[in-house]
Amino acid sequence: MIEKYCDVAVIGSGPAGLAAAIAAKKAGAQDVIIIERDTELGGILLQCIHNGFGIEIFEEDLTGPEYANRFIVQAKDAGVKDLLDTMVLDLTPRREIYAFNKRDGMIKLDTGAVVLTMGCRERPSGALAIPGYRPAGIYTAGTAQRLVNIEGYMPGERFVILGSGDIGMIMARRLTFEGAKVERMIEILPYISGLKRNYVQCLLDYDIPLQLKHTVIDIKGRDRVEAVVSAQVDENWKPIPGTEDTIPCDTLLLSVGLIPENELSKKAGVELDPLTGGPYVDDTMQTNVPGIFAAGNVVHVYDVVDWVTKAGFVAGQHSGKYAIQHKKESERKLRVIAGNNVHHVLPQFLDPQNLEKEPQELQLRVKWPVEDRVWVKVEVDGKLIKQQVEKYVRPSEMIKVILSPEVHKKAVGGRELLIKVEER
Amino acid sequence: MVKEKTKLICIDCPVGCEINVTYDGETVLEVDGNKCKKGINYAETEIVDPKRMIVTTVRVVKGLHTLVPVRSTEAIPKNKIFKVLDKLCKIELDAPVEIHQVVLSNAAGTGVDIIASRSLPAMME
Repeated sequence: MIEKYCDVAVIGSGPAGLAAAIAAKKAGAQDVIIIERDTELGGILLQCIHNGFGIEIFEEDLTGPEYANRFIVQAKDAGVKDLLDTMVLDLTPRREIYAFNKRDGMIKLDTGAVVLTMGCRERPSGALAIPGYRPAGIYTAGTAQRLVNIEGYMPGERFVILGSGDIGMIMARRLTFEGAKVERMIEILPYISGLKRNYVQCLLDYDIPLQLKHTVIDIKGRDRVEAVVSAQVDENWKPIPGTEDTIPCDTLLLSVGLIPENELSKKAGVELDPLTGGPYVDDTMQTNVPGIFAAGNVVHVYDVVDWVTKAGFVAGQHSGKYAIQHKKESERKLRVIAGNNVHHVLPQFLDPQNLEKEPQELQLRVKWPVEDRVWVKVEVDGKLIKQQVEKYVRPSEMIKVILSPEVHKKAVGGRELLIKVEER
Repeated sequence: MVKEKTKLICIDCPVGCEINVTYDGETVLEVDGNKCKKGINYAETEIVDPKRMIVTTVRVVKGLHTLVPVRSTEAIPKNKIFKVLDKLCKIELDAPVEIHQVVLSNAAGTGVDIIASRSLPAMME
């Protein structure tokens, strides 16, 4: 297993991740790594080939790939490193990342700070409780978007889209461009849930019918979707008998909401707000776990990407500062090591600055008993700074060694403090 | 003079102002409901010659992906959209593709170019 250290690790390379990495670098962090499971940077922006991005930040109307490119270039120029095609498997509360890829195998990354920018998932068909079989031909809108825009596959020929989110409306136009027929968009609410501009330029422009206050109550077909049955709903969202309408089609797209993706966050002990589905964050975008920050759709779902970028900048800047502070503290601290006949010793780290202020106590247990006088010796980088005599030592009895402020000068700048028990 | 009234939704930004337009033939007489001046331009274009940006994909041979996303450099007349799409679906580019490389110039006589909206490296061996 490869073991490495980096100041800031960013998980996910969408707009929030790219912004966070750039800002962490600007804040002074040295090693900043973006970990991305796909083979290139940019996240979901790469499949959002439509325009409408960057109006707030660049005052330009960019497509998703162009918007991503601006930040990819900035990140590369700033010296941000990346680990592509790499899946993060685990994140601990001590900010250790376990990841995997085909080149390096398992990777353990110790970090000064972590920024969570995993984005969100689409609400799946299972969450909708539509009765019927589970035939081929049911996709979430974002999955269809990736198939059509990146992989070059058409998932069907005749579509019904459930839900009027932006991705659903944009896909309605996209599928029309690729020669498919979008039979209908069905929305349970009395209004569209996406932006009005998308209603105009994606539905109205291509005469795609929209049915508000309707839902899908049945999916026909056993191996492949053959039709969906829609019905009008009352004010309690209950289907009204007698309003059923069978719409022949071969594919149903779902555009019914997004859920922040926090499986990794939970493993690290990050507390989630049930209202947003994302972590509780403070004004620096830090979660309840020290040194773990979060930004973008992983925190709550945004409608404009520019705001995601801005949140990424905030999280990145503070993660960079945190990592630098953490590094200073840990570089100043001595690693306390158990030497000859010492089973363990506390504390494991010692800050010479605290030793200067007041005496510091080391607590240890021996490995084996010695029923005779022994030396307990304390060394910093091989130089003896203190020794004391014990009449005997036994594993069952804890030994205390007090380091007085006078020895602090011998400890400043040291790397290792070794404590050992030697027979006289 | 025949005054006509219609309602439009401006698509120039995410706000989506609902605009009331009074016009006579191709002359816009009154625009109302817009929150900024973009709405006036939008209403005038929309009444006379509605235009839209085109965003789609074009096939690439031996690229990292089989498609590259493309866009128009500016909005084109709405009634030319499918003509441009017909041209684009017959194009095959060779990888690598550079961002903003012209894919189709003067698309369907509109005077507008279609350009790649990302770089696409060649397929990794």
